[in-house]
Amino acid sequence: MTDHDSPQKIRAEAIESLLIDKGLLSAADVDAVITTYTDRVGPMNGAQLVAKAWIDPKFKAQLLSDATSVVNAFGFEGGQVDKLVVKACSPQDHHVVVCTLCSCYPWAVLGLPPAWYKDPAYRSRIVQEPRLVLSEMGLSLPSETRIHVWDSSAEIRYLVLPERPAGSEGLSESELAALVSRDSMIGVARVMI
Amino acid sequence: MDGIHDLGGKSGFGRVNHVGEEPVFKARWHAKVFAMVNAAARAGAYQSVDQFRHAVERIHSEAYLNHGYYGRWLGGVETLLVEAGLLSTVEISRRALKLGADNDDLVAAQPQASMPKEGGIPAGPELEQPKFSLGDRVRSSNLTPVGHTRLPCYARDKTGEITALHDRWPYPDAQAHGIDAPPQFLYTVTFDSAALGFPESFALNLDLFEPYLTIVESD
Repeated sequence: MTDHDSPQKIRAEAIESLLIDKGLLSAADVDAVITTYTDRVGPMNGAQLVAKAWIDPKFKAQLLSDATSVVNAFGFEGGQVDKLVVKACSPQDHHVVVCTLCSCYPWAVLGLPPAWYKDPAYRSRIVQEPRLVLSEMGLSLPSETRIHVWDSSAEIRYLVLPERPAGSEGLSESELAALVSRDSMIGVARVMI
Repeated sequence: MDGIHDLGGKSGFGRVNHVGEEPVFKARWHAKVFAMVNAAARAGAYQSVDQFRHAVERIHSEAYLNHGYYGRWLGGVETLLVEAGLLSTVEISRRALKLGADNDDLVAAQPQASMPKEGGIPAGPELEQPKFSLGDRVRSSNLTPVGHTRLPCYARDKTGEITALHDRWPYPDAQAHGIDAPPQFLYTVTFDSAALGFPESFALNLDLFEPYLTIVESD
């Protein structure tokens, strides 16, 4: 069976058509969702914060002490950041974020979460064997680096501030932002140059 | 509730399927479900994110594991639309049959039947000041509530340390059930992985509400 006729797709379209009949939903609502989360809300917003923090120590200090005010000032849309907390990686400390109970994720700064973040394998394992899971995902951490796992169990949302890569000294803020991957801000990858 | 959604610390799901870039919505029906969840909120089918999360938790466990993220949301939104009386299961199933569904397709939503009779861990009274301070040792509740809670199974009846205070928030264990309760103080509690019984050494941080916690007196 292809995705085109999965029972879930059919049931979704049955409910959609009933909601349209009752005037509770329109096709434009669906297009608006796609446009918002494809074009305007995504990891490029978080990457902007990371790049600025790398070049501006005062901004970095603000981000680490009160990320919520910083994000509110940027006016990102997308929601899911009533309170944002940013955790900075260093050679001593590595941070990684999960939501074991559902799939909480800071939409306004990272967009909608990738499939693996929402799947049972990541949600079940990252809280019991993070070093192994990270190495399977391509991030091998030195044994002396302490791992901190953040399970987003309430409305606080977490963003990881990755380490600035060596060799990036001459780059501009926008060039730096282009290097910052979504995965590095969840804490499952380094930023590579 | 100890549903399949409470995945932390469970085994048997294999390696993380960590692929590179993927489209935001892999199929248009995913975006349709997203829009329906918004529409259901506008129509008054639910009043809080906790109610929505609880509806997703109450779907058929086989669907929870096999229907993907938007399949889970679909089950949740159908549950809420039916429980609010905006749609009926019969009219949805009739429409789905017309669109090519089979009678024996597994339907994720189990409205009404899946609704617990009680909420999660009971709220405390309205407080002006948090009970706990930074550095306090606290033990998490060992309760297994039938309703919604944000205290995961893997961290029940465990000792950790208060490492951040987050003021008061609407209380999920009550809100998910439409129970009136004052906002409750929220804390980050840091557990050593050994205290959770996990083999690797790391720090595990969870955001837990005051009713989940009791102070551990030092000797």
